[in-house]
Amino acid sequence: MAPAIRIDALTKDYAVGFWRKRPYRALDRLSLEVAPGEVFGFLGPNGAGKTTTLKLLMQLIFPTTGRAEILGRPVGDVAVRRRIGFLPENPYFYDNLTAEELLHYFGELFGQSAADRRARIPALLDRVGVGAERRLQLRKFSKGMIQRVGIAQALLNDPDVVFLDEPMSGLDPLGRRDVRSLILSLRDQGRTVFFSSHILSDAEALCSRVGIVAGGRLVASGRLSELLAFETRGWELVISDARPELIERLGARVSRTIEIAPGRYTLELPGDAAPEQLVAELTTAGARLVSVNPLRATLEDFFVRHVTETGAGARAAFADESHARP
Amino acid sequence: MSVNIKPIAVHVFRESVRDRVPYTLVLFAVLLIAASFLLGQLTAGQDIKIIKDLGLAATSLFGLFIAVFIGIALVSKEVERRSIYGLLTKPVSRAQFIAGKYAGLLVTLAVNVAIMTAALYLVLAYMTWQEPANVRAAWDAPGVDPALLGAVLLIFVELALVTAIALFFSTFSTPMLSAALTLGLWIAGRFNADLRNFDAVVESAPAAWLARVLYHVLPDFSAFDVKLQVVHGLPISAGYLAATVAYGGAYILALLLAATVIFARRDFK
Ligand SMILES: Nc1ncnc2c1ncn2[C@@H]1O[C@H](COP(=O)(O)OP(=O)(O)O)[C@@H](O)[C@H]1O
Ligand SMILES: [Mg+2]
Repeated sequence: MAPAIRIDALTKDYAVGFWRKRPYRALDRLSLEVAPGEVFGFLGPNGAGKTTTLKLLMQLIFPTTGRAEILGRPVGDVAVRRRIGFLPENPYFYDNLTAEELLHYFGELFGQSAADRRARIPALLDRVGVGAERRLQLRKFSKGMIQRVGIAQALLNDPDVVFLDEPMSGLDPLGRRDVRSLILSLRDQGRTVFFSSHILSDAEALCSRVGIVAGGRLVASGRLSELLAFETRGWELVISDARPELIERLGARVSRTIEIAPGRYTLELPGDAAPEQLVAELTTAGARLVSVNPLRATLEDFFVRHVTETGAGARAAFADESHARP
Repeated sequence: MSVNIKPIAVHVFRESVRDRVPYTLVLFAVLLIAASFLLGQLTAGQDIKIIKDLGLAATSLFGLFIAVFIGIALVSKEVERRSIYGLLTKPVSRAQFIAGKYAGLLVTLAVNVAIMTAALYLVLAYMTWQEPANVRAAWDAPGVDPALLGAVLLIFVELALVTAIALFFSTFSTPMLSAALTLGLWIAGRFNADLRNFDAVVESAPAAWLARVLYHVLPDFSAFDVKLQVVHGLPISAGYLAATVAYGGAYILALLLAATVIFARRDFK
C-alpha cells in the first residue's frame, strides 16, 4: 500500500539576519514514511524542526530542496487537502467569529451542505469539549479552549490523515486525556495521525511508531518497542505494613530500599530477580503489597541520549555547510 | 472551484460589519445632515451644490478609509496573526484566497457606497422639497440629479482600485507599511496629471525622466473625480465613463495578478 505520508530529503533554509541575510538550515534532508492507519509521533526538543516539517507538508512554506507526498499526491495539490486535517501550533482563528461560525465557514470550504454542517458541527464541538461554548466569540476563549476548537476544525472533514502540531499544548490534564482518547479513536477508525510533541509520555501512550528529530535532522525512527528494546532493567515493589527486621532480612536480594513512611517501603530488584517469589515471601510475613512495576528504559532516556549526542553538534555542522554553498 | 471564493468573500463582509464599519456610515449620515442644516441657514440656491460636492467628496473619503483599512486589515492581519494557517490548509488555493478576499472587499465597498449614496439622495430630496419652485428653477441641475450616479460609479471604481493596491501591498508587507504605501500611492496618483508637465518645471534630466516613468506607472486618480462637472450640471459622456471604468479595471486586473503571483510563492513563517 502507498504510504500515507512520504517525506523525501526535505531541506529548509530560512534567511536570517537583518542586513546580510544568510541561510539558516532549520531542516536537513529529512526523510520518512508513515503507513496508512499509523499513529506517528514526531518528537524532538524545542527548535528541532518539527513545526518546519509540518508547515512544509501543509505547503505553508516551500522547501529549499526535497519533496513530500500525502496520500500519493504532491503536497502542493489542493485536492489532497479535502482528505487531510491540520492543527497548527498555538492556533489562532478569527476573534469575531463564534466557534460554530468558524466551523461553518471552514465546512463551506470543504463543500459541505448547510444541512450536513448543522448535523456535524455541534457533535464535533461536543466531542472536543467546547459544545457548551459554541455560540461564544473566540475572543472569549482561553488558550486551551482555542486548542480544542483547533482540533475540531482539523477533524471537520473526516480526514484520512490528521496532522497535529503539539496537540497537547495549552491543555489541562483532563484535556490531555481527552485528546489522547480522541487520537486513539481516530486510530481505531483507521485514520493516519501524524503529531509532533516534545512530551514523551504522550508518544509512549499513543504511537505505533516515532521519529526523533534534533537540530533539523532525523536522529532515529522506528517502532517504540524497537527503539527502546523494552527490556526490563529491574522491578520496583511498593509494600506497606512491613516490619524493619523483615526488610533487613532481604539483604542483597534488593538493590535499593527506600522508606517512604513507617512500615511503607519502595524496593528495587535487579533485572534477573523473580519478583513473584519475593512478593510471596513478604506477604506471608504480614506485609501488604501495594504495587509491582517493571523498570525499563523510557523514551525519555533514549531521547536524552540521542539528542545530546547528535543535537547541538549537528546544527553547527549544517550552518557551516550551508555557508559553503554558492 | 468558485465554491471556495464565495465563503471567503462572505467572511470578509461579515468581518467588516463586525469591525465597526457601520459606525463609519452613521458618522457619514450625521455629518451630511448637519452640513445641510447649517448650509440651509446660508445662501439660497448655492447650498444644494455644496451638499452635492460635500456628499460626493465624503463618499469617496469614507470609502477610501474603508478600502485601505479593511483591505489591509483583512489580508495582512490574517498573515500576521497566522489565522491563514487554518484557511490555506483547507481546499483553497492561494489564487482563490486573493480572489475571495478581493470579491468580499468589493461587496463591502459596494454596500457602503450604496448606503452613502442613498443617504445623500435623501438629504437632497429633503432640500429640494423645502425650496420654493422659483429657487429650484434657478439651479444648474435638478436637486435629485440622476447624473450623480455617474460620479458615484467612478468613485466606486476608484475605491476598487485603491482596494486592489492595498491588497497588493498587503500580500508582502506589514499592515502599517501597506497602509502607508497605499495612501502614499493614492496621493501621488491624485497629482499624477502634474507629473506630465514636470519637465517644463525642472532642469535636471533624471528628475524629469523619473517623473515621466511615474506618470506612466501610477494610476491617474484625478480621472475618477468628476464631482465638479456633476455639481454644475455639466454632462459627462458615456464614452468617458466607459473609458475610465476600463482604465481602472485594467489596473485592477494587473494588480490582482501581481498580488497572486507574489502570494503564491510566499512562505508563511
Ligand atoms: N521564520 C523563521 N526564520 C528563521 N528561523 C526560523 C524560523 N522559523 C523557525 N526557525 C528556526 O528553525 C528551527 C526549527 O524551528 P521549528 O520547526 O519551529 O522547531 P520545533 O517546532 O521543533 O520547536 C529553530 O531553530 C528555529 O529557530
Ligand atoms: Mg514547534
